[in-house]
Amino acid sequence: MALPPLDSPQWQSPWRAFAWGLRSITQTILTLVLFATYLGIGALAHDSHFSLLWALCSTLFVWAGPAQIILITTLGSGATVIQSAIAVTVSAIRLFPMVVSVLPLMRTPTTKRRELFFAAHLTAVTLWVECHRFLPQVPRERRIAFVNGLGFGLVSVCLTANTIGYFLAANLTQTLGAAILLLTPLSFLFSTARNSREVADVVALALGVLLYPLAAKMNSGLDILVSGLVAGTIAYGVHWWREVRA
Amino acid sequence: MSFAQLIGDWHALAVLFVAGVVPNQIWRMLGLWFGGGIDEGSELLVWVRAVATAILAGVIAQIVVQPPGALASVPDALRYGAVAAGLVVFLLTRRSIFAGVVAGEVFMLAGTWWLG
Repeated sequence: MALPPLDSPQWQSPWRAFAWGLRSITQTILTLVLFATYLGIGALAHDSHFSLLWALCSTLFVWAGPAQIILITTLGSGATVIQSAIAVTVSAIRLFPMVVSVLPLMRTPTTKRRELFFAAHLTAVTLWVECHRFLPQVPRERRIAFVNGLGFGLVSVCLTANTIGYFLAANLTQTLGAAILLLTPLSFLFSTARNSREVADVVALALGVLLYPLAAKMNSGLDILVSGLVAGTIAYGVHWWREVRA
Repeated sequence: MSFAQLIGDWHALAVLFVAGVVPNQIWRMLGLWFGGGIDEGSELLVWVRAVATAILAGVIAQIVVQPPGALASVPDALRYGAVAAGLVVFLLTRRSIFAGVVAGEVFMLAGTWWLG
């Protein structure tokens, strides 16, 4: 499926543009990755004793896979609400630069801020990547409708995956249940590694994985924050050192 | 599974709102509000992104090292081996997420089957 040319009458109605956005979810491998990830999140929610409604609400209103996994694993392993909230807040900071960089792609001189509300809510790593890929092929005045359609489609896929994963975890044999839970760390490890363009990102990812078991030994309840801050700051140091030498 | 189990309790949903929804929406709405004058490549954002990546890495490690639910039934060596096998295939296939995930899963399933 190719999008219609920029001057095509197909783009005259915002609803048509919404439909083209919706259909674009079939044009990307990331939809499949999201499906597997949210299958895993549904199973993780089940095995950490959260309800299906809780899992679906987290997908709908949080709409950030890493944050959802941090929330489920920290709360599930006995962290306090405050500790989880801090970890999630820090993990969510990356949404800020994403929103800042993606919204100008859809803005026209007459766009009101409230028209961008859903686009801002839907912004997460997948949508961010796809916007940079698809939006140059969409006329500027239809981009908000297109993004809303694309986001609506992705959210629907993830809600479906959550539900399937939740029931699979409840009904599968232990081995297959374990296989579905393993989808989460694998898909996040590789999709983050794929998105790591700079040395700082790679160092942060590798050190973050390696330092966590050490931080967990301190048993402070803030393990994730401690290992994250230390590994992230070292990674930044590496970035800084390379800049200075260059 | 009963209907009540699928809905859960209001307390858990309140926790979701406080610890999940608010911390994410704050950053998105700040981005919507103050989007204009931020330099994407600024040093502060480089550090923030590195810390956020490392926190996510920690969570990935936590799931593998202290696994929840059914994953805990898989021996340590098999879980670590599955991640390592997936990583090798991911790198060999020029960063194919799909190939890496499939390789990790196959390694774990084959291992559990082989161990009986």
